[in-house]
Amino acid sequence: MMLEALDIKKSFGELEVLKGVSIGVEKGDVAAILGPSGSGKTTFLRCINFLERASSGTLIFDGETFDLANITKKQIAEIRRKTAFVFQNYNLFRNKTVLQNVTEGLIVARKVPKAEAREKAMDALRRVGMAEKADSYPHELSGGQQQRVAIARALATDPEIIFFDEPTSALDPELIGEVLGVMRKLADEGMTMLVVTHEMGFAKNVSSKVIFMDGGVVLEEGSSAEFFSNPHGERTREFLRTILERDEENSSVTETPTEGKE
Amino acid sequence: MKTWQIMSEALPQMLKSALIYTVPLTVISFAIALFISIMIALVQYSNVPVAKQIARFYIWIMRGTPVLVQLFIVFYGLPKLGLVINAYVATVITFSLNEGAYMAETMRGALESVPKGQIEAGYCVGMTYWQIMRRIVLPQAFKVAFPGLSNSIVALLKETSLASTITLPEMFMETKRIASRNFEYLILYVEVALVYLAITTLITFAQRKLEKKFNKGY
Ligand SMILES: Nc1ncnc2c1ncn2[C@@H]1O[C@H](COP(=O)(O)OP(=O)(O)O)[C@@H](O)[C@H]1O
Ligand SMILES: [Mg+2]
Repeated sequence: MMLEALDIKKSFGELEVLKGVSIGVEKGDVAAILGPSGSGKTTFLRCINFLERASSGTLIFDGETFDLANITKKQIAEIRRKTAFVFQNYNLFRNKTVLQNVTEGLIVARKVPKAEAREKAMDALRRVGMAEKADSYPHELSGGQQQRVAIARALATDPEIIFFDEPTSALDPELIGEVLGVMRKLADEGMTMLVVTHEMGFAKNVSSKVIFMDGGVVLEEGSSAEFFSNPHGERTREFLRTILERDEENSSVTETPTEGKE
Repeated sequence: MKTWQIMSEALPQMLKSALIYTVPLTVISFAIALFISIMIALVQYSNVPVAKQIARFYIWIMRGTPVLVQLFIVFYGLPKLGLVINAYVATVITFSLNEGAYMAETMRGALESVPKGQIEAGYCVGMTYWQIMRRIVLPQAFKVAFPGLSNSIVALLKETSLASTITLPEMFMETKRIASRNFEYLILYVEVALVYLAITTLITFAQRKLEKKFNKGY
């Protein structure tokens, strides 16, 4: 396993949000984390990248074992250097151009020489189709473009794994496709990804593996094909039913105007 | 005609004292106040224990008492403790400490306005907290704070006239001296008001220009 999380627990005050979450990701896996809102998916992702401190648990990453309750700053920095995070709200640096957004982590954090950082950044921007916008500022871009730049920022540091937290949830429906397209391309290139998502199409067709979370625990973990063709638990089936109904409603909503009186 | 004559005779002296005292006092006090305000705002924003309480206390004192009283304490009061400070230095100390407190509040508000997600994104690309502060958060906060900080320069410039009460021959003190010789109080005080107005207008104009330049970027 490239990354293994064992028995991760996290409480906010009295509220226990993660009640012992364990998952494993192999190199080259695209693992989708599904589950109803409030089930702790974001918190889990934030705990394994230390944006949130887990109450307890173990992380095995790259053959090294880390005790999350007693992890040092140096260990956190080491893990962060090999991972990347893509946020729901992109979180681009607003005072930096697209190119600077991507080079920042290389030049400042990794001390890569400027010219080399630029090369790498342009390379990453080309991979997400944003090279022409290198000199734009984030506010000049659409949400979908901003998210693609955020993905380039993640790619540029050559991470072993990229974490995505609902990367398309903040986007207008017509912009979701371009971001999912980029993610699919990365998956085809063999990038290891752990993706919290509500996009069933992505989970079904792109991800190799599905992790179903509910109420702070993992209820199901297995191959994507098996998950969708033969979900075991009652909660899983219920979740799939509501999601599929929602997707149908959405598509009927987007279709009606063409038949409407307007 | 007599009015013009009085005014044009007084003007060079006014401008001279403005150049030697009023303007440098404003600029130096502002520079120090800016430094203080960034430090004070940062320890509050970054939740540095103890320093944060000291910062609150400092702001509470500075904003809750008149600047004229503060000036008198520093210039007339401290010598009683054996601390004799000349009028120029006393003015700089008092005004930079006083305006620094107001500017710290401006800076803190501006820091809070920068979306926090960028800090997390900075961590995720491997930056340290202070790298993120210096390169991402502070530049954005400055842009937000800029109009407020410009107001502070204007306030400082006007406040320097208070230094006339501690024997500093700045522009207003000079005007009073001239007026006490020729008794032309109305003409001279209106004239000095107009000189202050000219300088503050200049500052406001420069502020507009700079703001426009900033807004061309991000
Ligand atoms: N910083 C926080 N402080 C307190 N409660 C939180 C915090 N972050 C998340 N929670 C709570 O933890 C639970 C799980 O949240 P989250 O991980 O965001 O779920 P999901 O991403 O699956 O929707 C929710 O009940 C949420 O209110
Ligand atoms: Mg979430």
